[in-house]
Amino acid sequence: MANILGIAASSGIAIAKAFRLEHPEYEITKRSISDTDAELAKLDAALEISKTELEAIKERTLQEMGAKKAEIFESHLLILNDPELISPVKDKIATEMVNAEFALNEVAAQFVTMFENMKSTYLQERAADMRDVSKRVLNHLMGVNFQSPAEIREEVVIIAEDLTPSDTAQLDRNFVKGFTTNIGGRTSHSAIMARSLEIPAVVGTKEVMEVIQNGDIVIVDGLEGNVIVNPDEATLAEYRAKGAAYEAQVTEWRKLRDEVTVSKDGVHVELAANIGTPNDVAGVLDNGGEGVGLYRTEFLYMGRDELPSEDVQFNAYKTVLEKMAGKPVVVRTLDIGGDKELPYLVLPKEMNPFLGFRAIRLCLDRQDIFRTQLRALLRASVYGDLRIMFPMIATLMEFREAKAVLVEEKEKLVAEGVAVSDNIQLGIMVEIPSTAVLADQFAKEVDFFSIGTNDLIQYTMAADRMNERVSYLYQPYNPSILRLVKMVIDAAHKEGKWTGMCGEMAGDATAIPLLLGLGLDEFSMSASSILPARSQLAKLSKADMQELAAKALDMQTAEQVVELVQAIHA
Amino acid sequence: MEKTFKIVDEDGIHARPATALVTAANKFASTESFAEAKGKKVTLKSILGVLSLGLEQGDVIVLSTQGAEEDAALKALTDVMVNEGLGEING
Repeated sequence: MANILGIAASSGIAIAKAFRLEHPEYEITKRSISDTDAELAKLDAALEISKTELEAIKERTLQEMGAKKAEIFESHLLILNDPELISPVKDKIATEMVNAEFALNEVAAQFVTMFENMKSTYLQERAADMRDVSKRVLNHLMGVNFQSPAEIREEVVIIAEDLTPSDTAQLDRNFVKGFTTNIGGRTSHSAIMARSLEIPAVVGTKEVMEVIQNGDIVIVDGLEGNVIVNPDEATLAEYRAKGAAYEAQVTEWRKLRDEVTVSKDGVHVELAANIGTPNDVAGVLDNGGEGVGLYRTEFLYMGRDELPSEDVQFNAYKTVLEKMAGKPVVVRTLDIGGDKELPYLVLPKEMNPFLGFRAIRLCLDRQDIFRTQLRALLRASVYGDLRIMFPMIATLMEFREAKAVLVEEKEKLVAEGVAVSDNIQLGIMVEIPSTAVLADQFAKEVDFFSIGTNDLIQYTMAADRMNERVSYLYQPYNPSILRLVKMVIDAAHKEGKWTGMCGEMAGDATAIPLLLGLGLDEFSMSASSILPARSQLAKLSKADMQELAAKALDMQTAEQVVELVQAIHA
Repeated sequence: MEKTFKIVDEDGIHARPATALVTAANKFASTESFAEAKGKKVTLKSILGVLSLGLEQGDVIVLSTQGAEEDAALKALTDVMVNEGLGEING
């Protein structure tokens, strides 16, 4: 029994016989030819067969995985029709009098190198497409046959160096139970395909091809990123049970995708997701998110050489609002500075970055940056239910000042004839203890609160959450934190406002019963936590949790609170 | 005929939108279409050419057409740029 670690790329457990998928290896040698016409005809024939194959794969992918996944093969077809590829190959054959496979291999290699040297990682990965396409044609030129994954007719786990897009497209879910590869990461083609096919996969193991032989029994644990070769009976039984439990859970979660979130006694709370880019919205909808509770706009400002223009921002916000189709989207204005640096925004080094010039403090000082973002948001507001919140608010004056800037920009836009929504809720992050304590006063002026627990805990406990030596002080269940959370929620409710939470704590299974009991209205978490949370909440009665929370507030230590919550599961 | 665009898609020009651009250019056999960016000019009838520009968000690209159907071709390309959310007309 061998245990190999890799990267969990697609969830689930697969147990089956190993099938090594090996692409034929051959040397491509340079040969002189005399009949260039015959060589060109040979190339054309190989290209034609390859195109026919690709058409078929494209069709199959379209049927089984949808138009989006099929597009990759449309681009493969375009590559085979691309004059930039085919003309140089033909020129080489005709002028240098060399064999077709040598000419093709040379030209394709230039494109592979070009892609590999590109700045964007996405374009770097297109090198794999180029290799995939040229390999297909080369196989035909060399007259090599290999068993394609489409021909597998028994239950297997595929073992491969890497899977090309066309390999993955040919996988038949009925027979291919899972796969594991030597190379790749969570965002490589094979990993993305595995998730959409819902086949368990572990990638980037570096050694499955060296360790596993055809016919070995293999467990692919796509939950933990583990591959076990020739397990003993006890291990097999353990993983069969783990796989069954996972399947049962997924079935239960899936049923909840389009349901509203209600507690056992019928109280509705909203489960929203935290996102960083418009691309994350698909995952939110897929997991039944009822809104976006935190859109971190920092990513728009990162990885570039200058501030993002108003239009770049407008497009991102508009895309998110449109994709969310009327569901609420809470956008946090720029939270940068301190430990989060932007290369083009030169700020002096600080002794205590977490206590320094960051977020709203920076935005109120650098109003050029702030106003651009607010204008982009206001312009996008007509495309959905936009809500804006300011981060790191410590005093009412800060909120009033920020709000005044927003109102000014709105008036300017309206004067310019630009449409702006009149129903934009305006709220604040509650992450500084002073704001939590004074929440009753804030509640008179804001439309909502969103509690940022990561910072609220570190500021309340005066413990840097990055410092391992004081990490024991990161105590979400400490009664002091729970009391602050309660103050904020109660203050909001007294004014008829709502309170959300967008820190780690909102998706935490131990915190959820307490937060329900404290009256939290909106829980915002990573998309993958939504369905488990919805399932958990359906089993909890709010009335009971109110009693539980009341007890927790009167406890002395975080440990006691954890014990109290765990007792309800026992 | 030419038109300047600024890439607004946060992913730049990827395989999928590049495919759409090349497919649009290929519809006009009598007209040559080009893309020019970062000092490099390529034919829009080549997906490898378009991808080789390595276009990212914020880059400026000039699309030009030449031939019997240059108006229609440029309009078709503009539609792809705008409809795919790739770029916006710049100036």
